[in-house]
Formats: sequence, structure tokens, C-alpha cells
Amino acid sequence: MNSNRSSRRRFLKQTAALAGVATGAGLAVRGQSAQAQHLHGELPRRGARYTIDHMTHYTPLQDYAGIITPASLHFMQQHSSEFPEIDVRQHRLTIHGLVDRPLSFTVEELKQLPSVSRIHFLECHGNSSPAIHGAGDPNLGLPVQFIHGMTSCSEWTGVPLSVLLKEAGLQKEASWLVSEGGDAGKFSHTLPLAKAMEDVIVAYGQNGEPLRVEQGYPVRLVVPGWEAPFSVKYLTHVKVVDQPYMAWNESMNHSVTRPDLRDKARWYHFQFGPKSVVTRPSAGLEMLRGYAQITGLAWSGAGVINKVEVSTDGGGSWKEAKRHAPVLPRAHTRFTFDWAWDGQEAVIQSRCTDEAGEVQPSLAELSKDWGMHLEDWKKTPRPRAIHFNAIQPWKIARDGSISDAMFA
Amino acid sequence: MPCSLKFLLPAMILAGSVAALAQSQPRVYPGLGTPLSQADIQSFDRMIGPEGKELPPGRGTAKEGAAIFAKRCEICHGKGTNEENGLLRSLVIGSPGKPYRGAFYGEERNGPSYYPYATIAWDYINRAMPPSNPGSLAPNDVYAVVAFLYYWNGIIKENDVMDEKTLPKVVMPNRNGFVPAVPVYPPEKKPSWY
Ligand code: HEC
Repeated sequence: MNSNRSSRRRFLKQTAALAGVATGAGLAVRGQSAQAQHLHGELPRRGARYTIDHMTHYTPLQDYAGIITPASLHFMQQHSSEFPEIDVRQHRLTIHGLVDRPLSFTVEELKQLPSVSRIHFLECHGNSSPAIHGAGDPNLGLPVQFIHGMTSCSEWTGVPLSVLLKEAGLQKEASWLVSEGGDAGKFSHTLPLAKAMEDVIVAYGQNGEPLRVEQGYPVRLVVPGWEAPFSVKYLTHVKVVDQPYMAWNESMNHSVTRPDLRDKARWYHFQFGPKSVVTRPSAGLEMLRGYAQITGLAWSGAGVINKVEVSTDGGGSWKEAKRHAPVLPRAHTRFTFDWAWDGQEAVIQSRCTDEAGEVQPSLAELSKDWGMHLEDWKKTPRPRAIHFNAIQPWKIARDGSISDAMFA
Repeated sequence: MPCSLKFLLPAMILAGSVAALAQSQPRVYPGLGTPLSQADIQSFDRMIGPEGKELPPGRGTAKEGAAIFAKRCEICHGKGTNEENGLLRSLVIGSPGKPYRGAFYGEERNGPSYYPYATIAWDYINRAMPPSNPGSLAPNDVYAVVAFLYYWNGIIKENDVMDEKTLPKVVMPNRNGFVPAVPVYPPEKKPSWY
């Protein structure tokens, strides 16, 4: 079985390398799998994983350019594993709880209100999680997609949630909200009122088109810079309350214990820290000698990305990469870096600094912050972690193969 | 009624003025959106806070819950006891005197003995379970399966009745297993994303 698989791999690897030479590209898809092979030279596809409790789509980060993720490639995670069929004419969004004038809006009415269009990333709190590094399933395509592909960036159009809350008239004790979706499991999540008044959008448009059903048609919350579970899809109810409501999602499902918290759990992870990843070259692709542009994405929940640096010597030295316009707050920022590969072993990686001055941590720095030793990551199964933003090293071997060196 | 106009009057004025204060900002886009009545809201509001104020009337015991669990939940969640698992992770992971507190290294953390508030299981089962037909359990059924799960996790006794009054008072063993004890925003500790 194993030897079969590796000989199939060798065969695919050879043909993939040939394809790369034939097109003159600096990178070729390494023959990881039939699917990876299929991806090369064809339309980028989202990848999907289905389990009994989750359905997940991953954005093919290695294949797209610029900063806007096409809606069809946006990542997605669905809990009750079925898309609700919602009749837009019947759909209502209610604002109630600690308000003077509880109100119910149709989608048409929401569209009549003043709109904003803003470019923001969304990211799953479990994106890049240690558990999925090197998961090694050869049938799942290119690793960067399946390691870091639970983040995407879109232009979202909708009405600011603050407009709706003011229409309803907030009462004095109002301090948090609970929102609920119209999917089968009626996904619910709590949100601090201060954030709702700052920049949260009740979105009905994505990249110029109505939301797709995977993205919460007909309306969803977009909570910029914060972990995506706050951005409730198929939004039906917003209830204004006077304390965090501890829905199952934040208090149980998405909380994680940590050694530095003496094995207590941190709940309510809000904003993402600074994060970047080289999307090309990356594991699963193959290096050819000569000029090779290094490109990737950087983002932070704190705002704008002020600097991206790239190292091609395993973190020994760093040089500033070029950030490409537009560089927007709480949005993906595209960066590039000119490089030439000399055929020697190399480790490439990126790190970013956000407008708050926070620098993306190395795995060692992050481990120290969390009260862990580097060896702890070698345990199987790997420790659970969310909001994992450690610098991602990719290792290039002499034969041009590229692998994930995060825990190597 | 001796219980005084004198006393009531200032209270009414006060209540009126608070409402007036909050109402003092008139609507900017009147005409958009339909006002909701209290009855409208009650018909859809299923968000249960930690104090259980929104819980509907009803009651159930572990014994009643066992029968419902066997019929409607066991196929996925196993027998509910520590011994046998179904397709999914077990819902019983603690035991009397040894509540499950979650884990960082390896193990999955799950099950009601991890929840900080007793109302969470009620809210979640009522809104989301069973996945094929969420919302199909009557309030009494939800009280009963919650009683069953808390009994099997060693949190309540077999004959304890769970209703809208008793359920919120159940002290969960992992109540202090979270940091900070009460979530605040913005977080007091730096960096904000820690
Ligand atoms: C078809 C399979 C299925 C059936 C039947 C089912 N569940 Fe579930 N249950 C699930 C899945 C899947 C999840 C995890 C959902 C997620 O992760 O979003 C879950 C999660 C739960 C949880 C949360 C688990 C935790 O670790 O906190 C509880 C409690 C629960 N179910 C109770 C019930 C009860 C009570 C019933 C019967 C009335 C029931 N379930 C019936 C599939 C099922």
C-alpha cells in the first residue's frame, strides 16, 4: 500500500516537474496527489473537508493573486453541515432586548439604509492550527491551502450595525449583544457593544454580488479583525443585553485551555494578532533554479500592516518586502520579495508588524508566551491551539521539493 | 391603598425620565423597520442568559431524560454513560467529584461538565439538537435530557428536578475554569490578541 503510493507519487512528481519545465514557470506543482496535479494550470478551486459535525471549504491561497478572494473561493465552515434555504422575502432581522423600540427589518429595508463597502479579511479561529500542520493526507491537495486557507478577504457591502442599534434606541444598561443565525442549528454568538458601534457591518453584498449561500445569504455580520465566529451568518436576531451571554460557542466550543493560564481556558478570543504567510513558493509546490518571486499575504486584527520582512536563511537575516497597494486596515496585504534560488537547501519565511507595533512571533516566542516548551509541540496529538499566528517556515530541499518546517 | 401615592409618584417620574432620556434620540430613518410587540419577541427569543431569565416554564428529571436520550440522541452520542460511545465524542466525561476541566495537550475537551453555566446545555440543545430536527424537543424534554446529562456527569442527583427555577441554580464544577472569570472588552491584559 505504502510503496504503491510512493511510486505513484514519484510518477506524479516527474510529470509535474516536466509540466513546470514545459511552461517555463519558476514553480511547478509537486506531484502530491491526483488532485494537486489537477489544480495545476486549471482554475483554482476551493478544497473541501466534510466531517460529521463540520463542513469546511479552504481558500487556495497558493493560486490566487492580489488581495480579493473571489466569493466562490472564500473559506467557509458550516456547523450543521447543511445550507439553509432562506426565502429573502420572508427573511427578517430583528433588533430587540435592551432597546426602546424593538424593530424588525426586511432585507429590502436594510438595502434602503445608508450603506458602506469595506475590504476586510475573515479568519477562522482555528486557521493554521498546529493539529493540521503536516496532516499529510496526500489526497487533499496543496498544504498551504489546507494549513492557512481558512482566511479570505472580500469587499463587504451593508449597513453599519450601529445605524440599526441607534434606530432601536439603546438603553443605559446595554453592554453586549447576542446574535443568532437562521441556519438549522441557529448558530449564536455574543459580541461586546463597543465593537458593534465601532465597525461591524450587517452585510448583504460580497465583492459586488449578493452574498452567496455559503457566506450567509441573505445577510450576515462582518466583525472586522476578530475571529470569524463573531460574524454570524444568515443573521436573524440581534438581542441587546447587559452581560456576556456565554453561548455554547464561545464558552465551550471555542474556548481553549493554556499552560500559561494554569490550565484554565481562555474564552472570548477577540482580535487576531499580526500574521503573514508566504503563499508562493510554499509546501507542495516545486522550486526551479533562478529568479523566483516570493509572495504572500499579511494581516492583523489591529489595523494596517506597517511592515513585512522576508528571510531566506531560516530566520538568520531579514529584509523588507514590498507591500502592494492597497494596504488597508483589517484586510489582507499582498507582499512580494525578489529572490533567486541557487539550488541549495533554504528555509524561507515572512513576518509582519502591524500598526499597533506588534510583531508576528516565531514559534519559540509564541510558545514562551503561552508557557510552553518547543518540545511540547512534538507530542501526538499536537496541543490544541487557536489564534495560532507563529511565523511559517517553508523548507526547500536540493531537489526543489518544498515542505512545511513549522514543527520540523 | 395606603401604599402611598407619595412613594409611587416620584418613582413614576423617575421611570418616565429614564425612558425619555433613552428615547431622546429620535429615529433618523423613521418608516423603515416594523415595531415588534412583546408577544412577537417572546415567540422567537430563545437566547438564554447565565441567570436563565428567559427559560420557559417546564420540568424534567434524569429518569425521564434517559428515555428521551435513548430515543433521540443515543444514535450519535452513545449511551450517555461513560462506558459506551456513539459516533461522536461522549457527552459524559466527568464523574462525581472529578469534573472534567478541559485539556490543552491532546485530549478533546467536551461535554456538559465543562460548561461554566448550567443554562448553556439547555440553550444549546434547545436550539441545535438533534441536528436532523432542531427545535423539535418540547421544554419538558429539554429539561429532562439536561437533567440526565448533569446526573451522568456527577453534577446533580438522580431525583433532582430541573425546571426554570432550579436549573440556573445548579453550580457547575468548572465555573472557575475560565480566564478572565467574567469576559470584558476591551481585555485588560496586553497585547489585546493574547
Ligand atoms: C445526527 C447525530 C446527532 C444526534 C441524533 C444528536 N446529536 Fe448532539 N451533537 C451532534 C453533533 C455533530 C454535535 C457537534 C456540533 C458542533 O460541533 O457544532 C453535537 C453536539 C451536542 C452537544 C454539545 C457537546 C459538547 O461537547 O458540548 C450536546 C450537549 C448535544 N449534542 C446533545 C444532544 C442531545 C440531548 C440530543 C438528543 C436530543 C442530541 N444531541 C442528538 C450530533 C447529534
